[in-house]
Amino acid sequence: MKAGSPKRRLGDLVFSNLTRAAGLTILVALAGVGIFLLAQGAPGLTAGKEDLRGHANFLSYVAPLVFGTLLAAVLALLIAVPLALGVALSISHFAPRRLATVIGYLVDLLAAVPSVVYGLWGIGVLGPKIVPLYEWLDKHVGWLPFFAGPYSNTGRTILTASIVLALMVIPIVTAITREIFMQTPRLNEEAALALGATRWEMIRLAVLPYGRSGIVSAAMLGLGRALGETMAVALVLSASNVVTWNLISSTNPSTIAANIALTFSDATGTARNALIASGLVLFVITFVVNFAARAIVARYEPGRKK
Amino acid sequence: MAKSIDVSDLNIYYSDFLAVENVNMTIKARSVTALIGPSGCGKSTFLRTLNRMHEVIPGARVEGKVAVDGQSLYDSAVDPVEVRRMVGMVFQRPNPFPTMSIAENVLAGLRLNNKKLTKSEAADVVERSLQGANLWNEVKDRLGKPGMGLSGGQQQRLCIARAIAVEPQVLLMDEPCSALDPISTSAVEDLIHELKEQYTIVIVTHNMQQAARVSEDTAFFNLAGAGKPGRLIEMNPTKKIFSVPDEEATEAYISGRFG
Repeated sequence: MKAGSPKRRLGDLVFSNLTRAAGLTILVALAGVGIFLLAQGAPGLTAGKEDLRGHANFLSYVAPLVFGTLLAAVLALLIAVPLALGVALSISHFAPRRLATVIGYLVDLLAAVPSVVYGLWGIGVLGPKIVPLYEWLDKHVGWLPFFAGPYSNTGRTILTASIVLALMVIPIVTAITREIFMQTPRLNEEAALALGATRWEMIRLAVLPYGRSGIVSAAMLGLGRALGETMAVALVLSASNVVTWNLISSTNPSTIAANIALTFSDATGTARNALIASGLVLFVITFVVNFAARAIVARYEPGRKK
Repeated sequence: MAKSIDVSDLNIYYSDFLAVENVNMTIKARSVTALIGPSGCGKSTFLRTLNRMHEVIPGARVEGKVAVDGQSLYDSAVDPVEVRRMVGMVFQRPNPFPTMSIAENVLAGLRLNNKKLTKSEAADVVERSLQGANLWNEVKDRLGKPGMGLSGGQQQRLCIARAIAVEPQVLLMDEPCSALDPISTSAVEDLIHELKEQYTIVIVTHNMQQAARVSEDTAFFNLAGAGKPGRLIEMNPTKKIFSVPDEEATEAYISGRFG
């Protein structure tokens, strides 16, 4: 039996089509970017030595860039996420309300600082100031491959770049996790407190499990930003397109985005195509990261039936 | 291990607002005491002062004395965390920890006490507590499944199991059946009957039949008027309250003439 079709109202029709159009716009824009990268990047995939700055083929050209991109982004995340969680928890559960509001505003303000300013700060302030730390690391834990040295005298290393990236990621991660922590059901918090939980135990029992999927999404959004960040890295890093785990030396892997920004205006012909192809690689990496994040979030959804 | 509670001259505030005024009451050990009264009269607020959960709300505070077996709960040397380990609480809506399994929920309180439990000890506690909460037979085959997968009534009994797993002296229940259907309610009421052998139980309820069914003593709270503080009007054996109460207001409330 066919159910009688409900009456279609004009308002519903207009609204549903408007939202559909908005959704489609995203798809079209994304497809446009993808097609552009494919079409313009394809010739770059077969580029020769002269267009790849000495690398034999595209793969060996892009591999160090991918390595640098991932290394800088992951380092930034390792620094940023614990800090951001701490800030978010202190805003949502520890600081007095008035202070928490002020901290919240300041963190949001950090997100509004242009990345070129972070980059300048990285070169002008953080780089020189952090050299003694690198010297110390080189001297005392130099047996770790990460701190093998010789340490950079300018401080323009991948670690410095990662710290700058971390500062740029913190506001995003903080803002998202703070909102989620504040939404923890009062019921769950009181369940923990009534069992005799201290404040920290209450956070462990009620707040963090509730926010787990949110923490993962926030970290992945942060990772997305760190992967694609261009200006700050291009300014701070003294790059030489190598693969190395040494975080404090003056020879550092570059990142895809920074490499494009630094060399695109001088590149012509196939060299330009190769750069666009490296952009395609970055595009794919961010896609994979986002899908992985979704999968993780879905797995940890609280109350999910097994 | 059950203990009696003495409350004297207790005033309860939310910031500057006096919510409950001048409560004096003695709650007997190993018995069930019911708190009844119209909405907003402060009975839940009062209940939450018995394990210092009241002060969790910003600005909330109390004046006066609450003593469990002579030990004052509000001494400056007393840690509220210790109080809450001694006085367990069950809430209006079931609130198992959403990411934990049934067994983990039962053990949550013990894990907080930093007790190192061997596997067999943990299994014993889980079985004993779930038996105590009349839930064992229903869940024994799926202890590893999420606590949120249970029905509302089962979740509430899981919360009771969680509360008694740490063997508290006193068990507070804040309208534990108000979100449950009649069958689950009856299961929880049966459980209350069994638990009073071992625990001092204080229960807030809107259901007067329930108060009459489960409690030995009943305390009636009322408001003098909107914006005025709640007060304890009368506390007497439940039989007396429901037949010949001392106060006219109690009689009026119980017979349904107001509230």
